[in-house]
Amino acid sequence: MGPEPTVELLIDRTRCVGHGSCAELLPELLTLDEWGYPSNPAGPVPAPLQRFARRAVGTCPVLALRLAEQPARR
Amino acid sequence: MTSTTSRHWAQTVPGSTALPRVLAGDGRRDLPGHLARHGQLPDVSGSALLDAVEAAGLSGRGGAGFPTARKWRAVASGAGPAVVVGNAAEGEPASSKDHVLLTTNPHLVLDGVQVAARAVGATRVVLYAEPDAETWAVLGEALREREDDRVELIAARHAFIAGEESAVVDAVSGGPGLPRAKPPRVFERGVDGRPTLVQNVETLAHAALVAHYGPGWFRALGTDDEPGTMLLTLHGGRGRTVAEAEIGTPLVDLVDLAGAQAVLIGGYHGTWVPADAARSARLSRASLGAVGATPGAGVVVPLPRGSCGVVETARVLVYLAAQSAGQCGPCLNGLPRIALVAEALAEGRATPRDLADLRRWAGLVQRRGACAHPDGTVRLLTSALEVFEPEVQRHLAGRCSARDHRPILDGRS
Repeated sequence: MGPEPTVELLIDRTRCVGHGSCAELLPELLTLDEWGYPSNPAGPVPAPLQRFARRAVGTCPVLALRLAEQPARR
Repeated sequence: MTSTTSRHWAQTVPGSTALPRVLAGDGRRDLPGHLARHGQLPDVSGSALLDAVEAAGLSGRGGAGFPTARKWRAVASGAGPAVVVGNAAEGEPASSKDHVLLTTNPHLVLDGVQVAARAVGATRVVLYAEPDAETWAVLGEALREREDDRVELIAARHAFIAGEESAVVDAVSGGPGLPRAKPPRVFERGVDGRPTLVQNVETLAHAALVAHYGPGWFRALGTDDEPGTMLLTLHGGRGRTVAEAEIGTPLVDLVDLAGAQAVLIGGYHGTWVPADAARSARLSRASLGAVGATPGAGVVVPLPRGSCGVVETARVLVYLAAQSAGQCGPCLNGLPRIALVAEALAEGRATPRDLADLRRWAGLVQRRGACAHPDGTVRLLTSALEVFEPEVQRHLAGRCSARDHRPILDGRS
């Protein structure tokens, strides 16, 4: 398996108001804290979850999420 | 050292270990006084200045201690002409060093602004400073004396987080002066989307001295890893003084620790260090790191034995919660809760369950803000819970051991 670009989910905390739809789409990656805000994603988005991550980015009502492709790290 | 740097500056310069450096020793803040001390800035290229600042080993004096040359190179290699912002937004209530530097030695700071602008190739130069009457009068006069119409003076927002680099960029760009999410970092995309250097004014003053005298001179004071001097705001006897000290100086030579139980190092985002540990520590990242602290922007506050660390910390936490920009959910929700429970603890009304909440919230807000305000607030809180643990237990039992209730740390902005 060759090195693939890693994809990171970035949360703009100044926009996020805790709708929580991202955690519904990505329960493997995000949990909501006691105030309804998503946790920091633990590391890059695994390949099987990337299409859900893209959907989370597209459905965030305040556009607080984005995906950043990083060149493969060694 | 590169050949460009050695060509311009001698390896050793007489008086290179004399103090003060960035403060004006003779008390003259006018241009003739400045020129008598240092002369005109030497005519050195931007790349030679970059090399010299790198060889000097200068690091940021605004609190984070980032290597200055690395920051300058990042800005210089950015896309398009750069912007330089001299940062004198000193929102920290316990710090006065930038104000003192700017109002007693403005021309050295302006030299530093010029050096940074040349080094990174800036086409726009801003000084972002608190708009108090004294600062404005001194800077206005200094710019007139230099016949410098290039430096724009922009009034800093008066708030704890005003000096955070993305907040500075926001204000200079015409916004309300609030932190913004990263990436992009301001050295990539800052003011008007241009690569932007936001540099503390004290750091700029040191850079000016490197330009005047060279890296060899700069390294004659300080430690090998942390060369130079730094400005400090030293508290004690219910007053404060701003002093310049060599990095590596023992803390006991700077403040009176005889009657102290603990020392707050680094300001309101800083760390409580037990007095015993402080007595053997030196003013350096290496030495203070061993006791869990950093010099930060040079605030040192001894806490007398008769005062209560729980009460002092609670007062600061209430202030810091009020200083949240309120943009990021965890900070907006966590800091006021932390402050309320810390206040209840200070007043002897908290339960062990409240204390558990406090520790849980501390974990929840960390690394979840656009800026480091929640992280700094938690740093203060967790060091207080550790250093003042016996006092925390006393407060849970509704008691307080303070004999002197006059505040040491100010809760006002």
